[in-house]
Amino acid sequence: MSVGEITHIGRPTNRVDGKLKVTGQAHYAAEYPADDLLYGYIVGSTTAAGRIAAMDLDAARQFPGVVEIFTHENRSKAAWLDRSWRDEVAPPGHPFRPLNSDRILFDGQPVALIVAETFEAARDAASLVRIAYDVDAHCTELEAKRAEAYAPPKKRSGIPPPPDPRGDAEQAFQNAPVKISRDYRINAEHHNPMEMFATTCVFEGDGKLTIYDKTQGSQNAQGYVTSVFGLRSKDVRLVNQYVGGAFGAGLRPQHQLFFAVMASLELERSVRVSLTRAQMFHIGYRPDSYHTVSLAADRDGRLQSIMHDAVASTSHYEDYQEAVVNWSGMMYHCDNVKLTYQLAKLDTATPCDMRAPGAAIGVTALECALDELSYELGIGPLEIRRINFASKDENTNKQFTSKALLECYSEGAAAFGWEKRSPRPRAMKEGRELIGWGVSTGMWDAFLQKAQATATLKVDGTLEVATAASDIGTGTWTILTQIGAEAFGLPLEDVQARIGDSTLPMSPVEGGSWTAASNGSAVQAACDAVKHSLFKQARKMANSPLADASFKDVEVRDRRIFRKDDPARGLSIFEVMHAAELTEITEQGKVSPNLRQMLKYISYTNSAVFAEVRVDEDLGVVRVTRVVCAAAAGKILNPKTARSQILGGVVMGIGMALHEEAMTDHRLGKIMNANLGEYHFPAHADIEDIEVIFVDEKDDKVSPLGVKGLGEIGIVGTASAVANAIFHATGVRVRDFPITIDKILNSPRPS
Amino acid sequence: MNRFEYIRPATVADAIAALNEPAARALAGGTNLVDLMKYDVAQPSRLVDINRLPLKSIEITPSGALRIGALVTNTDLAWHRDVREKWPILSSAILAGASPQLRNAATAGGNLMQRTRCYYFYDPSTACNKRQPGSGCSAIGGVNRIHAILGASDSCIAVHPSDMCVAMAALDASVEVEGPDGKRSIPMSGFHRLPGGEPERDNTLKVGELITSIIIPKPDFGAHHTYLKIRDRLSYAFALISVAAALRVEEGIIQDVRIALGGVAHKPWRDFDAERSLKGERVGTQSFKQVADFILRDAKGQGDNDFKIELARRAIVRALEQAAAGTPQDQADKSIH
Repeated sequence: MSVGEITHIGRPTNRVDGKLKVTGQAHYAAEYPADDLLYGYIVGSTTAAGRIAAMDLDAARQFPGVVEIFTHENRSKAAWLDRSWRDEVAPPGHPFRPLNSDRILFDGQPVALIVAETFEAARDAASLVRIAYDVDAHCTELEAKRAEAYAPPKKRSGIPPPPDPRGDAEQAFQNAPVKISRDYRINAEHHNPMEMFATTCVFEGDGKLTIYDKTQGSQNAQGYVTSVFGLRSKDVRLVNQYVGGAFGAGLRPQHQLFFAVMASLELERSVRVSLTRAQMFHIGYRPDSYHTVSLAADRDGRLQSIMHDAVASTSHYEDYQEAVVNWSGMMYHCDNVKLTYQLAKLDTATPCDMRAPGAAIGVTALECALDELSYELGIGPLEIRRINFASKDENTNKQFTSKALLECYSEGAAAFGWEKRSPRPRAMKEGRELIGWGVSTGMWDAFLQKAQATATLKVDGTLEVATAASDIGTGTWTILTQIGAEAFGLPLEDVQARIGDSTLPMSPVEGGSWTAASNGSAVQAACDAVKHSLFKQARKMANSPLADASFKDVEVRDRRIFRKDDPARGLSIFEVMHAAELTEITEQGKVSPNLRQMLKYISYTNSAVFAEVRVDEDLGVVRVTRVVCAAAAGKILNPKTARSQILGGVVMGIGMALHEEAMTDHRLGKIMNANLGEYHFPAHADIEDIEVIFVDEKDDKVSPLGVKGLGEIGIVGTASAVANAIFHATGVRVRDFPITIDKILNSPRPS
Repeated sequence: MNRFEYIRPATVADAIAALNEPAARALAGGTNLVDLMKYDVAQPSRLVDINRLPLKSIEITPSGALRIGALVTNTDLAWHRDVREKWPILSSAILAGASPQLRNAATAGGNLMQRTRCYYFYDPSTACNKRQPGSGCSAIGGVNRIHAILGASDSCIAVHPSDMCVAMAALDASVEVEGPDGKRSIPMSGFHRLPGGEPERDNTLKVGELITSIIIPKPDFGAHHTYLKIRDRLSYAFALISVAAALRVEEGIIQDVRIALGGVAHKPWRDFDAERSLKGERVGTQSFKQVADFILRDAKGQGDNDFKIELARRAIVRALEQAAAGTPQDQADKSIH
């Protein structure tokens, strides 16, 4: 690329959809207008296990405006094979089928849908439904089911089970001079994206539906609808142009989608169904988990044994799985490793991937344990991590495509001022507050998924790029626009991205931090293909100035195609298309994982998180006053939205450390704090300085763009850095997350 | 949500007439009542929208007391110049609560009338004596880390959630009400009540009575006061424990003291015996610990909230230390000194 030209990739860029969002022009699923729209309101069960004995619907039915009430007794026919209900990311088991029978599997389970002419009428009528249950015994307490935990017999697609043991971890643990074995618990968390789950199903007639749904995957949700209701794929279009956060809760199709489509088909009218905030506590959660982590080292701090045994909750109907303990086998070099991962069935909804599923909890436990070991050894917590740096993935024996973790440590430490840390706990104090500094490593997969895109160059030189990706607040709209603009040397406003529509080229769900790498690379490939076509057309023109050029000799920029070595020799895009009698050139691009490369290489994003806390130990009040997150994530497409991703992850990690938990009354099997007043996550006052550093990392193997993805890495390691900082401040080790005031007060103070 | 009648009276007299049925409720800012109606917890037969009544002024009375109209918003009250200068503990307590958006809508009278945040009270599928008398109390033996440690009964362990009322209790406020039988003044300590066997009654208002204003006498504590709130996050959370403390000290000897606690009971908690015991004592952590022990002598935990007894003890001591030093807690400063 010649000097002095604007480049888009790597430039901090405002969101192209920002203005639409802040001016209310970006429509979310529940905001699309539809003629003659009906509203559905879901009635939830009030018991966690049992059967519906009787339903009294009379009062609700007679309520003015009520059109229909659907229950298990009159639900329309839908598919009856489990596989028809299984979406792209479903775990093994029997997917939940709303209104399938009288059986109750969890508190808040949808048991009826009231459909009315207004939302208010539907909600009002819902309050008049009376249901009697034959109640069965239930259990929602993981502790009580730990003894019955089992290794999931069938693996969830895409989730590696724990690796086989290597070496002899038990023996090495016995033999090692310094060791710790600790139990950790991380309470269940709920995603709570700002936007409520909602579906507006527009009944178009002629058997066609246009569905506006809050989902992280338009094609995944569309596939679910066609398969469950036996519809033809071409008759169902599913749109999710704007998604107000999801954090994983929108990976699987949620209840409201089923209900809106079912009611729409039955009543032959357009129907909208929205979940309430309280109902969103029944659509999946980060599983409750217990971890026993045993670490042993020689006196120089080299790890001799790592054992990590985790038990996590799942439902009775599905074996939800995530990679929880695997991280403990690959984050550090160790020859003796034994990892186990078990599930225990509770009377709850199936858990659901939540930002950095598996790593967010597994790495937290490991990183706290490693911190504990560092104090046993008398070796600094950053030092012990450096000493045990893993230069390959010892779980799979594969090379990393890149791993600039040591740079994360050093650049993060420098920015934080780590060298001024006093090693001893309780050594730093200001006023009433003890000050502590903690560190943690973070790690997350850098996936490349199969994805496709199209690029269309118009005769006026503007560009459209399209792929069925979703933007859940991550910045997908913007980076795809940047990639297109970069390819054709155009200003951003001349590039239109199209995403969030099942009719666009194939895309996986937006999750796992893979969208930038996967959809971004597909868009780039499509742009390259268009440039090829354009070049071919240009070269074959009469007296073409590019007649003797090859593709690598030319560049497309400012609506021209020209020779790099002599920019004056070229043609305008208009001239080329005019000569070829074209109004536009459209080409496809696709990417898929390089399977041959994957035999030898594996890719991860790495980070180092440094946290400062100030603890008023008499009152148990903790403030997180500084966090530095240094991440190695390959090429950064848009430092501005990338930074926002890390900031959000760090905030969520602080919430995991200090605030977030479902408070369940196990007698009732009911979550008691199912609202944003009492389910606490950080408020503005809880967040102070957060600094984000992207260390330089070149990776030509991870994805064609060299991009790794940033959606999850910000949360991984943050909770452990905060917990480790609390120990450093106070000498009190709380192993039960979140670390609330009561737990600090109830922990014995070090003498 | 139930069907209800909506009335918007122009005069206090009309409002009182409209309120004169047991299930009628006055609507002011609506920040709590409307939520409760949506949850089917409150089912008023009639909503009397009092927002047009002339109850929006803040005045200093000839005796130097503060008269707060029932419809003064929390924001206007907290930022009022006289309030910030002369009743800073009130301003501080209000700013410790809710969020700016809520404070912009919520009113002084409504704040007095807000209902508990007990999880079970908000969930009609559970037993709750406050919501449905006689159904039982699910919080006892349940999830109760935010619940009462003082003055609870076998039928209810809920706490009153207000911050503002805690400061008003410390300041010896009185609540001016007007009803079918005329006007009366209720001392703050007698306005809210303990649950006893009737937890459905939060306060001593009678049917048809409307809060018109709140009177707060002229204080004489100088800078020796504080409002200290301990909660699960640093903003937008109800108090686990809050303490409004004020002292009058001469030559190191405590002449007068006020200690009101929030988050501990069904009402803002004042213990006049305990306060008397501190008079004449020397300012210092030792005497503060003694009074904290005295206030908490009958404290009883419910399991999850056992820690609140020790937390309350420490918070009382800290608040008295802040008050004694003349360094009130600044609500904008998240570090507690």
